Amino acid sequence: MKIGVPRENFPGEARVATTPEVAAQLMKLGYDVAVESGAGAKANFSDEAYREAGCEVVDQAANLWSQSDIVMKVRAPDDEEAARVRADQTVISFLWPAQNPELLEKLTASGATAMAMDSVPRISRAQKMDALSSMANIAGYRAVIEAAQHFGRFFTGQITAAGKVPPAKVLVIGAGVAGLAAIGAAKSMGAIVRSFDTRPEVKEQIESMDAEFLMLDFEDDEDGSGEGGYAKVMSEEFIKAEMELFAEQAKDVDIIITTALIPGKPAPRLITAETARSMKDGSVIVDLAAEQGGNCELTVPGEVTVIDGVTIIGYTDLPSRLAAQSSQLYATNLRHLLTDMTPEKDGNAVVDFEDEVIRGATVCKGGETTWPPPAPKLSAAPAKPAPAPAPVAAPVEEKKSILGPIVGMVVAGIALLGLGAVAPPSFMAHFTVFVLACFVGYMVIWNVTAALHTPLMSVTNAISSIIIIGALLQISSPDKLIMWIAVATAGVTAVNIAGGFAVTRRMLEMFRK
Amino acid sequence: MINEGMVNISYIIATVLFILALGGLSNQETARRGNWYGITGMAIALIATIFSENVTANFDKLIVAMLIGGTVGIILARRVQMTQMPELVAILHSLVGLAAVAVGYANFMGHGGGDLTGVEITIHDIETYLGILIGAVTFSGSVIAFGKLSGRISGNPLLLPARHWLNLVILLGSIYYGYEFVVQSAAGGGITPLLIMTALALLFGIHMVMAIGGADMPVVVSMLNSYSGWAASATGFMLGNDLLIVTGALVGSSGAILSYIMCRAMNRKFLNVIAGGFGTGGGTTASSDGEDQGEVAPIEPLETAELLANAKEVMIIPGYGMAVAQAQHTVFEITKTLREKGVNVRFGIHPVAGRMPGHMNVLLAEAKVPYDIVFEMDEVNDDFPDVDVSVVIGANDIVNPSALTDPDSPIAGMPVLECWKGTTSIVLKRSMATGYAGVQNPLFFLENTRMLFGDAKATLDEVLKAL
Repeated sequence: MKIGVPRENFPGEARVATTPEVAAQLMKLGYDVAVESGAGAKANFSDEAYREAGCEVVDQAANLWSQSDIVMKVRAPDDEEAARVRADQTVISFLWPAQNPELLEKLTASGATAMAMDSVPRISRAQKMDALSSMANIAGYRAVIEAAQHFGRFFTGQITAAGKVPPAKVLVIGAGVAGLAAIGAAKSMGAIVRSFDTRPEVKEQIESMDAEFLMLDFEDDEDGSGEGGYAKVMSEEFIKAEMELFAEQAKDVDIIITTALIPGKPAPRLITAETARSMKDGSVIVDLAAEQGGNCELTVPGEVTVIDGVTIIGYTDLPSRLAAQSSQLYATNLRHLLTDMTPEKDGNAVVDFEDEVIRGATVCKGGETTWPPPAPKLSAAPAKPAPAPAPVAAPVEEKKSILGPIVGMVVAGIALLGLGAVAPPSFMAHFTVFVLACFVGYMVIWNVTAALHTPLMSVTNAISSIIIIGALLQISSPDKLIMWIAVATAGVTAVNIAGGFAVTRRMLEMFRK
Repeated sequence: MINEGMVNISYIIATVLFILALGGLSNQETARRGNWYGITGMAIALIATIFSENVTANFDKLIVAMLIGGTVGIILARRVQMTQMPELVAILHSLVGLAAVAVGYANFMGHGGGDLTGVEITIHDIETYLGILIGAVTFSGSVIAFGKLSGRISGNPLLLPARHWLNLVILLGSIYYGYEFVVQSAAGGGITPLLIMTALALLFGIHMVMAIGGADMPVVVSMLNSYSGWAASATGFMLGNDLLIVTGALVGSSGAILSYIMCRAMNRKFLNVIAGGFGTGGGTTASSDGEDQGEVAPIEPLETAELLANAKEVMIIPGYGMAVAQAQHTVFEITKTLREKGVNVRFGIHPVAGRMPGHMNVLLAEAKVPYDIVFEMDEVNDDFPDVDVSVVIGANDIVNPSALTDPDSPIAGMPVLECWKGTTSIVLKRSMATGYAGVQNPLFFLENTRMLFGDAKATLDEVLKAL
């Protein structure tokens, strides 16, 4: 089958759905790859590089669409592209079916199979194709770079001959993938980073990045974790307490990066105009939620605005501003998806609805809308750490083991007394020796180190062939049969004596420091 | 000729030497000396007996028999590979059992207790009977254990439908024929019940070991070790010989303690092991855990080498698979290379790793791994959070986290090496098959676990080359 990668038409979009490197890997799966001329130009991948990797470079988008069986894109197809989709084609890109019902309708009507990279379920198996996380990671990193660009000072603190430079203080709101990436980037530039999230389980993750987790003094322990590891809408009191915290922090920090998003809902308003204005002059707010309306009241989506000395960055295309990197990660995500869809590695993609990941990503197939998919079985929320080693059977055993030994000892005692009553003295003498020997054995063996258990067995085995004495006592018997049995026994036990001691010696020789 | 008193003194010296031999095994430094004590004790006991008043004729046949036997024994001991130790130990146990049976029969036919009267005859008969019984069980059980360990017989437990009833019938039969034997023996006969009992005991030994699964082999081997001791002890009672009684009791209690230690290491009751059926009995409950647990992350030898070279703390956890693949020498080469690079490599040994107690220690010792970097489970289990890479070689159940987390698991409560607490675990395995317990291992699906598939020896050789 042929994979086609058209140039992105969306204004300002610099990403491309495959890189020369990934295209080569796709060909190993058995696919032919065709790329529209100039598709990778903005992400620094020349047509020449694609050709070198073995791709066909096609001039016209229309040609590319008509000859491809699978079309891979970054942005959702626009009207013109949607019109080109054929029934036997598979389209893979970001689709946002919830936000774009008309597009979904068009694609369904075309009879094609459409897969949305944004609908890949968040289960651990699908992490390698989670393009949202890839993009969020880049956005978080780029947000810090943008902030640094507009922030007039160092991030790191320095003491120089020309005076002391205080470190920048960065507040990251929402510690998802983007938030954590932002924390990491800001931290590595030397800033003091604080972070806040409604989901208490990310506290650990924030602290693992060496940032400070801001605790909210709130009575009810409200847990903000929703389905699939995303945040959910919080109660009014909670939001109020949260806003107070931000208002207070805003006066102290230099940079605020907001990444708070709730799936399928407009972004929560966390930074009011008043809070934003209260920041020091020269401060920067980067609003990663700008596309969904923004976490800051003053954000203008897609623009950088300066209000009362505070720069507010509302770019909605942060990943595209790091096009080479995001193209590479996105292309790899796509390749992983295709690898899963091509189990035979024969260049034939199979849309297998038994596969939870592929089922989740497919939004329409054969003229039917298959979105939203049935709920995934597993949540990507951090698996609860294994519960403390549960002493499973121990308590039960303790209970019943109180009576047992007592009864056993009483029975044994009575049996021994009975034995003593009838047994002749000669037997009792031997019996005494026997019991004492058992006891000595018991005391001695407990001292044997576990590493020497095998030599212990072979040496006890050699010793137990002391039974040869029985044969020796019988060997002089006048009875021929008994004599021969004794001879045979002596021979057999001699094997044991020699073999047991020799092998023990051999083993012990090997143990060395 | 040595008189009775001197023989007795020699026996006492031999006894003391035997106790010292066992005591010497408490650590590696004194162990070699301990073995010499044992050899000396045995030599003294043999010489004293041979030159005593009890042995008057047939010295030539005796010497020839012992020379042949001794030569065979030494050849066996030289030839055996360390991975085959469990088989050798098992087959040697069977010889003790066989000897006990033979001595018992010879003694009975020679009317060894001829000058006894009344209750003494009864006691002597019971001793004879018990000696043969235990000897026969030891013999047939050890032969089957040998077959299972050497792969001549399938390691799977053989579960007859009414196996507990069968055992009960054999037990009752043995008691009945014991009574018959005592009665008939008083009248001068008794060979028939003795033969029937021997057949029953042989059958019982076979059945008992056949019903035990491969994972329980350490328990079986140490249990048979114990039986061989009790057989010697019973023979000692029959012959009125204290040296046999004491030695038998020492060996018997040693084997019993080993069995107990092994059972505790698997969190199992001794009786459950003997009743058999482990490895399939839990199958139904285990299947519910067997559902798709996610995807395993494979790794290549090259990456493994990189991980190991960059680590500071490495823990190697060997299992029976290492013995099967004969990988212990390569493991040591890797260990040496890493230690030269300043990586702290240690070994963590689970008590039931392998097919008999202490099996792994012997294998590692054979490969010249110094024993001061080989640790027991309890010594290293708390260190795992600091371990960068754990390498699990051919082990499965002993690193199964569900033993701690899943109360329904057939191995619930069994202490395991908690390697998943380290940064990364690399599991060497031939396939995704379950271990002897038949339980799926969630460790393989953890995010910090990497699977290195293939024959342990071949893959480790590649790792070594890459290092």
